Amino acid sequence: MSNEIEPLKDPGLPAHTPRRADIDPLAAKKAERQVAILFLLSAAGTVLLIASYLFIPQDVFIFFPVLGSTNAHQLFLGLGMAASLFFIGMGAIHWAKTLMPDEEVVIQRHEFRSPDEDRAEFVKSAKEGAAAAGLGRRSLIKRTLGLSLGLVGLSPLILLGDLGPLPDEKQKMTSWKKGTRLVTDPGDRPIRPEDLEVGAVAQTLPAVAPGTHRKLSDIAKDAVLLIRLRPEEFNLDAERLSWTHEGIIAFSKICSHMGCAVALYEQQTKHLLCPCHQSTFDVTRAAKVIFGPAARPLPQLAITVDSEGYLVAQNPFNEPVGPSFWGRSA
Amino acid sequence: MGAASVDFQVATGRMPMADMSQQAMRKAPLYNEREVEALAAYVASLAPGPEIPGEELLNYERDGSVAEGGELFRTNCAMCHNYAGQGGALTRGKYAPTVMGVTPRHIYEAMITGPQSMPVFSDKTITPEEKLSIIKWIKAAEAEPQLGGAALGRVGPVTEGLLAWTLGLGLLVGVAVWLAMKAR
Repeated sequence: MSNEIEPLKDPGLPAHTPRRADIDPLAAKKAERQVAILFLLSAAGTVLLIASYLFIPQDVFIFFPVLGSTNAHQLFLGLGMAASLFFIGMGAIHWAKTLMPDEEVVIQRHEFRSPDEDRAEFVKSAKEGAAAAGLGRRSLIKRTLGLSLGLVGLSPLILLGDLGPLPDEKQKMTSWKKGTRLVTDPGDRPIRPEDLEVGAVAQTLPAVAPGTHRKLSDIAKDAVLLIRLRPEEFNLDAERLSWTHEGIIAFSKICSHMGCAVALYEQQTKHLLCPCHQSTFDVTRAAKVIFGPAARPLPQLAITVDSEGYLVAQNPFNEPVGPSFWGRSA
Repeated sequence: MGAASVDFQVATGRMPMADMSQQAMRKAPLYNEREVEALAAYVASLAPGPEIPGEELLNYERDGSVAEGGELFRTNCAMCHNYAGQGGALTRGKYAPTVMGVTPRHIYEAMITGPQSMPVFSDKTITPEEKLSIIKWIKAAEAEPQLGGAALGRVGPVTEGLLAWTLGLGLLVGVAVWLAMKAR
């Protein structure tokens, strides 16, 4: 064939250049001393580690540049251990690079295929082993072994069941019901509208029966932020305005983007900021997203007061709180 | 407005402002204690509001609990001021300042008056005793020794990551280059 590619010639190894330590005994002596110094530094590091463990009290603080006031015990333990390990390695590498033989050596790879007599021997012993185990004759063992192996293979499939069940409605619900009181978090005290001055905020949770312990998974959905503005500052439609009470507006604290707690309320701009991805919500416009990656406003909780004058939820949230999920109706 | 607000703004040097920037910064106060007191009394006579808390109210060494203060701080303060009280960013160049090294009186005044971007924390939702617990926790956090060595500003993974990526990786790259170098 005319277009056959000419194989490249093996260029072989470059000529070996001896190192300075190979030809000059003085340089070799110097390299030897350098390696020894590195090992001595490692030894000194270990001594420092032991000494600081034994003799530096744990409550001594010293000034260390850049780090500032630093715990001396921890600092010298760390420095000692770092030196003891690092300089062993450095010494070993320097030794290998300067003094150990570095002539390039070529060893040809042996052929992959085993010799024919080895292969024949293997086939023979495998056949003998199978005959000795008697699988062909003892069909009871063969079948029960098949059963047990098959069942072992089944068990990981059964455990896949732990990937479910789907949370279904639980994900869309919070503990807020019609008439649930808003109580302070922490403290669990009910709140009257007059407790909040204009410009005030309160972190709240739904009231629970005395002695009941809240589950973290519930708090993660139930947290609500109360904010009081002047009623004329709102820019809401009639329905949303009816969800506020005397200038007090309540939002879910769970960000509609990734579920962080949104509670950085800027009193002057009336903006709520999420600390994770800087989504910014305008409180006067029902938490409309004015910046950042959040796709939806924070869900607003309709509030009013009960017969004793404490703030309560008018209704549960009218949409699931928190980030989007499969099956959440937009 | 009230005396507490004037005392907070003027005695921490935020007012008068250095310039019309986004943030009124804490700086050395321009007026002495007596002048601030007089100014606060005058403003309070025109526009009444929260009063300057008395020394008796601020006895955080006697009253309050660090554990309760920590819980309150994490729910009510940490989102802006950082979980270790080091402060943090707000929108458009504004920021929540650090609460380290602030006098108990000024911490208390900030909670009841809501200066600048900060909202008000009413006495009914966070009681005066609870406010004292928060102050007690802040003072305990200030006195916390750096037992782990360097705190790196206590602002969390940002400085830690920066140090690991620059100093740590830099060191590793240097060692790798040295390892691959041929001895002469």
